[in-house]
Amino acid sequence: MKLIPCPICGERAEIEFAYGGQAGLVRPPPTATEAAWGAYLYSRENPKGALRERWRHIHGCGRFFNLTRDTVTDKFIP
Amino acid sequence: MKFTFDGRPYEARRGDTLAAALIRNGVHLMGRSFKYHRPRGVLAAGAEEPNALVEIDRGGARRTPNLRATVVEVFDGMVARSQNRTPSLRFDVGAVNDLLAPFLPPGFYYKTFMWPIGAWAKLYEPLIRRAAGLGRAPDLPDTDRYTQRFAHCDVLVIGAGPAGLAAAAEAAAAGMRVMLCDEQAEFGGSLLSDPAAAAGLHETLAALFANPRATMLCRTTAFGIYGDNLVGLAERVTDHLPDPDPALPRERLWQVRAKRIVVAAGAIERPLVFPGNDRPGIMLGDAARIFATRYGANPGRNAVVVTACDTGADVARDLAASGVRIARVIDLREGFRVTGTSGRLRVSFIGIERGGAREKIPCDLVAMCGGWTPSIHLYSQARGKPRFDAALGAFVPDTEVSNLICVGACAGDMPGAYRAGIAPVSSEGRAFVDFQNDVTAKDLELATREGFRSIEHVKRYTTTGMATDQGKTSNINALGIVAGALGATIPEIGLTTFRTPYTPVTFGTLAGHSRGDLFDPVRTTPMHQLAVAAGAVFEDVGTWKRARYFPRAAEDMHMAVARECRMVRDSVGMFDATTLGEIEVVGADAAEFMNRVYINAWTRLAPGRCRYGVMLGENGFVMDDGVVGRLAPDRFHVTTTTGGAARVLAAMEDYRQTEWPELRVWLTSVSEQWAVIAVQGPRAREALLPLVDGLDISAAVMPHMSVVEGTFLGIEMRLFRVSFSGEMGFEVNVPADYGHAAWEAISARVGACQGGLYGTEAMHVLRAEKGFIIVGQETDGTATPDDVGLAWAIGKAKPDFIGKRSLTRSGMSGPRRQLVGLRTDDPATVLEEGAQITATTDDNRPLGHVTSAYGGATVGHSIALAMIESGRDRLGATLQVRMPGRAIAVRVTAPVFYDPEGARLDA
Ligand SMILES: [Zn+2]
Repeated sequence: MKLIPCPICGERAEIEFAYGGQAGLVRPPPTATEAAWGAYLYSRENPKGALRERWRHIHGCGRFFNLTRDTVTDKFIP
Repeated sequence: MKFTFDGRPYEARRGDTLAAALIRNGVHLMGRSFKYHRPRGVLAAGAEEPNALVEIDRGGARRTPNLRATVVEVFDGMVARSQNRTPSLRFDVGAVNDLLAPFLPPGFYYKTFMWPIGAWAKLYEPLIRRAAGLGRAPDLPDTDRYTQRFAHCDVLVIGAGPAGLAAAAEAAAAGMRVMLCDEQAEFGGSLLSDPAAAAGLHETLAALFANPRATMLCRTTAFGIYGDNLVGLAERVTDHLPDPDPALPRERLWQVRAKRIVVAAGAIERPLVFPGNDRPGIMLGDAARIFATRYGANPGRNAVVVTACDTGADVARDLAASGVRIARVIDLREGFRVTGTSGRLRVSFIGIERGGAREKIPCDLVAMCGGWTPSIHLYSQARGKPRFDAALGAFVPDTEVSNLICVGACAGDMPGAYRAGIAPVSSEGRAFVDFQNDVTAKDLELATREGFRSIEHVKRYTTTGMATDQGKTSNINALGIVAGALGATIPEIGLTTFRTPYTPVTFGTLAGHSRGDLFDPVRTTPMHQLAVAAGAVFEDVGTWKRARYFPRAAEDMHMAVARECRMVRDSVGMFDATTLGEIEVVGADAAEFMNRVYINAWTRLAPGRCRYGVMLGENGFVMDDGVVGRLAPDRFHVTTTTGGAARVLAAMEDYRQTEWPELRVWLTSVSEQWAVIAVQGPRAREALLPLVDGLDISAAVMPHMSVVEGTFLGIEMRLFRVSFSGEMGFEVNVPADYGHAAWEAISARVGACQGGLYGTEAMHVLRAEKGFIIVGQETDGTATPDDVGLAWAIGKAKPDFIGKRSLTRSGMSGPRRQLVGLRTDDPATVLEEGAQITATTDDNRPLGHVTSAYGGATVGHSIALAMIESGRDRLGATLQVRMPGRAIAVRVTAPVFYDPEGARLDA
């Protein structure tokens, strides 16, 4: 079980967190094109390597935050 | 100490394993093999043992199968039994399988039991399980207790042999918090079978035990390494005790987060592969030495040592020192070959050959020294990549793993003389590689001839290394044979994956306290005991217990629900609605936040008024619904579905923190703060009036869809005028601690108005008669607001809300499934929820399905709701509900069956 660094609480066990998917998605305005909105809904990166992603300390302080994780080693990259 | 094995009494010494005690008593036959039922004795002296699996029976539910006799500690009065034999270990009718061996090649089951497929469950599988099996699973619930602990330390040392002890002593001396665990009953590892090491071992252990910063765990197996140096330890607390203190758990799971891990897991000796290498009395050289020197249980009187490395000389020396006659040391490096063995229940001869000269040597013990395999299981689980060390004939740790090191034999650090390479194999006859799964060298060679190339495929096809011992003694030999057969090197063949657990772990240890009532804790409302007292029949809704109906004498569910529905329609009923989720949305920008989250418009909702809110996902599909009351300009009381409460709050919090951090709004779950009692029916107001401390709840002051804060018999109250039944109704919110008292007070008043309690089933019927949807029943994650007739709720002027853009995506218009009602010709026919609907009985294209179906208590006929393609265009049409073997004709209607004008709501 991984340790995840919460910016408020410090390192805590993975079970205290909820995964939030890829970070940095920009929610398009309602005037967005069909393609842009479709990409926002369904297109996600699936890199072999560094992935910027969202986590939430849901069973702790409740804070959302972003981390970069290497999907090969499953380690967070500072 | 006394114990029995298969009913016969024996004596044991303190500290004996069952295997050691049996050997001292001259018992070598301890088990029958898995597939061929061949007689087997011990191969090893430790956790890697593949053969000697036994059952320990402590009476009742405390019967444990498949324990290795080499790790079971004898206690006074122990009852042990052998397994996989009928009727007895000495005479086992299953041994006929051994005669059939030529007909039981690898893949036999795949090749033979293929057809018909239905015979698998009924015929083949039970047959195979009986014929080739392990022990009997206990058939009573486990009565033991298991606990779990978390621990943190600077250094966790796994294995208390010489390398592990040195590491632990050094770390402790440096003032670090040390944990030292070892799977055996005593610390010391190989030092325990070296009399010369006893004094030094005693001194080292005394210092560690005296150190308050050292935690010493014996009988504790490190079974797995998980992310970021979390190690699972299984501690066996009481299994070795004759009469355990009932206050103690049977086993304890430790989840240790270690800053550094030192793996000192040692190495496992390899057997030699030659014909007849599996008879009782043929064992690993190191095991023979351990039985003789550590336990004083000589495993034979007349030994032949067969060796591929210098270990053989040491074994012969130590056995001789213990009084075992060494008939011969056969060094395979000198050109010898083992041609076979004989002896039905124990080895009596071994045959050898060199340069054409054959010889049969009488013996009652054959010690095999086939080299050493470092125990890299934990290193590999921690994602270390090992490399093949040809001189050692095994894989050793190679790539670095952060904060983990391997020391001692498991790191490949052992005397050069113990480096055997891969020993030569004599694969003629029955030369066993995997003893537990009865896989021979020939089986592996056959698999390669049949075209298997990958070691992972060979493993699955032959089942080598797939038994409960996970191939601890067999994997390297199997790799060598497959590599030889394919003309490849072992690194080319690769290594199979090491999986957790290292040795079997009980389900009890993993489950800990999470079983029975604690497996999935039940949630009950503050009024639960009153519902129990009223005779409620409960249903599970998520983790909640909800009262489904309240049967009176002789009533079945149908009758009770019909009565409860009529009661609500005619007078008044009360219902426990506490399980609904409740969220307070508070702040200067609360209305703007609500505008963005819900499809509805909230800006102009006046304080004191309520609105039915619908929430979508960004994909435009209905996610949740519920009544929202505006308590003040900056304060909304939001209700969610029972099952959706956590999901809705998580989604709201996501948008609040990450999309709209500029909004001044705060979200608080208040689901646990309020007890909610729905009072519904034409006499609801009359029932409540004396309880609300003079509050004016007349229709003029408190119309349908309004909310007011007041007091209920002096208690803080939020009173909602809302209805999910179609009748005039209220929902009384009081602080949860007062729920019980409020329920009793309302109950008395409702009774005085010829009313009573109703449950979730009547609630469902009443709402279905009104065509009110339930999210998750009418919707399935693909329904838009318009699909379920809720387009009217959309705030058309709003620039944006969650899911708005999706509602105009292509594919979201056009022929979609829409909510309609269904009527059957026979008013008594109740459709089946989930049933598919087609246009005619000749046409099998599904148009939709039944989402809700009830007897229809007050409308005089059965009712159903359905999602049907272009349903609103089909009003009046006849469709077919397809049932097994028949079809039921239905007429499509509007989804509202009762009081379509809603006049009763406004009473
Ligand atoms: Zn936190």
